Amino acid sequence: MSFIPKIPLADWIEYIVDWMESNLGGFFEGLSKIIESVVEFFSWLFLLPHPLLFIVIFGVLAYLIGRIPLTLFTVIGFLLIDNLGYWTETMNTLGLVVTSGIISVVLGIPIGIWSAYSKTTHRIVSPLLDFMQTMPAFVYLLPAVTFFSLGVVPGVIASVIFAIPPTIRLTHLGIKQVSGELTEAADAFGSTSWQKLFKVELPLAMPTMMAGVNQTIMLSLSMVVIASMIGAQGIGATVYRAVTQLKIGQGFEAGLAVVVLAIVLDRFTQNLFKSKKRGA
Amino acid sequence: MEEPILEVKQVTKLFGSNAELGLQLLEQGQTKEQLAEKGITVGVNRVSLDIRQGEIFVIMGLSGSGKSTLVRMLNRLIEPTSGQILIRGKDLLKMNKAQLREVRQKRISMVFQKFALFPHRTVLQNVEYGLEIQKVDAQSRKEKAEQALELVGLKGWGDKMPDELSGGMQQRVGLARALANDPEVLLMDEAFSALDPLIRRDMQDELIELQEKMKKTIVFITHDLDEALRIGDRIALMKDGSLIQIGTPEEMLTQPANGYVERFIEDVDLSKVLTASHVMRRPETITLDRGPRVALQLMRERGISNLFVIDRSKRLLGVITAEDASEANKTGKALSDILISDCPQVPPDTVLSDLFEATSSTKVPLAVVDEQGRLLGVIVRGAVLGALAGDVGEMEVKQHELHS
Repeated sequence: MSFIPKIPLADWIEYIVDWMESNLGGFFEGLSKIIESVVEFFSWLFLLPHPLLFIVIFGVLAYLIGRIPLTLFTVIGFLLIDNLGYWTETMNTLGLVVTSGIISVVLGIPIGIWSAYSKTTHRIVSPLLDFMQTMPAFVYLLPAVTFFSLGVVPGVIASVIFAIPPTIRLTHLGIKQVSGELTEAADAFGSTSWQKLFKVELPLAMPTMMAGVNQTIMLSLSMVVIASMIGAQGIGATVYRAVTQLKIGQGFEAGLAVVVLAIVLDRFTQNLFKSKKRGA
Repeated sequence: MEEPILEVKQVTKLFGSNAELGLQLLEQGQTKEQLAEKGITVGVNRVSLDIRQGEIFVIMGLSGSGKSTLVRMLNRLIEPTSGQILIRGKDLLKMNKAQLREVRQKRISMVFQKFALFPHRTVLQNVEYGLEIQKVDAQSRKEKAEQALELVGLKGWGDKMPDELSGGMQQRVGLARALANDPEVLLMDEAFSALDPLIRRDMQDELIELQEKMKKTIVFITHDLDEALRIGDRIALMKDGSLIQIGTPEEMLTQPANGYVERFIEDVDLSKVLTASHVMRRPETITLDRGPRVALQLMRERGISNLFVIDRSKRLLGVITAEDASEANKTGKALSDILISDCPQVPPDTVLSDLFEATSSTKVPLAVVDEQGRLLGVIVRGAVLGALAGDVGEMEVKQHELHS
């Protein structure tokens, strides 16, 4: 195969990144400001009440959403985090996760709907999602830093890239799963496309879509340690620091905080939509 | 004859990429099989029919006959490849999206085979759906939906979810949802096929009742001949996308257009389909102002032993027997003295199975009378059995007054 010269793919990519940096710098800067202020707002919000008050609020929410075991787990788990001294870091991480979760949902659901309606869109989006999920995160972490500089913003961007696919895929699946008879019925009564979407397709796709949102939140939580390498503050940074300094005990403590947060977020998102469905 | 509410003119539906070619080939007389070889599937092949105001028009055929495709073209859930569909003279196929939505919202509603209720909405919300998308205000759409539910016998079930209801009740909800819009035309696609036989029977009866009350025009799709004969005012039989025969249930049975129709109707239980009007004969009658002697003379001429007595507007007064007439002749009584006024009578739409007992328990022939009490014909004992043996061909009494 030596007669075919090596394709200069690496050069191309670098050229594109350079071009984007010099021409779209203003856009990235503005975007960076917005994302940063959203993350800061959530971190501020979560740190506003005293940890104990926050724990009580979450305990009540857990009780309202569902079950007593969840309430117990939430309260004990959060008390443990506070006791170990990782409260501020955990809340910073929660702010990052909530922000990237919101961005993923706001972008992911419309893209999912679009790809359910248009085969062409689906054909383009689907391999792109494979790419985003399998490409090692470090590879796009670097250009993210180039565009958004160090800090929490490239962390959010990396989380969104890694975590948005389930929301898109399961929104697409949820809408595709709505039985043809029901969409036909909606058409037969003279619904507009929007009415069909909002009154029939989306409500019926909701459980599947929410499984996607749940996965998205879990995946973006799993990105916090990697995000900390490029300067995102939070519990991920603590884990990273502990590991690089070979502080095994501290690394384990901080890792436990991630696990508690993960389980609480998972059960919350799962149960929230189940109970909603029951109420409808 | 009333003006048709829906006119279907030479409507064709072809599936496949080369519809233009397919149309030409059909015009050249090629068959469905020949087109299939070229990758063109014939859904509906140049069907023309008129659907009249207020009738139950049944489109019948086996699966794959194109009946479901045809009915979906009536509200353009499926776009015809060619042809014309007129609703009250307006061309449905030339309408833009907004006009089409208006037709679907207000004039043509649909009931589906598998009910197609929205599982995330309550029964009431399901029935409200059609009004909701027309942006009818919450109060009046609730009222209309509740009326529709009451109409189908589901008053008070509005707060249930569809999956809490039995199949029959779910389809009542489907019917109520279609009626809530107060449409002119109801399209019912195999609406009762998913139901148990007994429940299906009830639903058929209720549909007929509803239709009499509300005077909707109903286009009913079915593969079940018994159902078609029970509820149809007229039946269109389809095969391989083409129309084979259109006619009243009686016409389908007594004058099948070809061998296919004959085979289709072979297994029908005639005693449940043929009615008194099929087997009755022209009555021998006399008016009360004649004397017994005239009556005897008439009976002797015709070789019969009784005469029906009618007034000038053909209303049935009773029957006289030869014995009584000859007695009266001797004693000088008038006809009115020997009149038996409580002779057995049946309406013309009584099915044969209900006639057996009546004919076997009476000496005189059964009188067939209409709602005004006018005598339409008589049924002699042998005629019922004769008809069941397939002997309806004579049908001498294809009474014009019956259909006028």
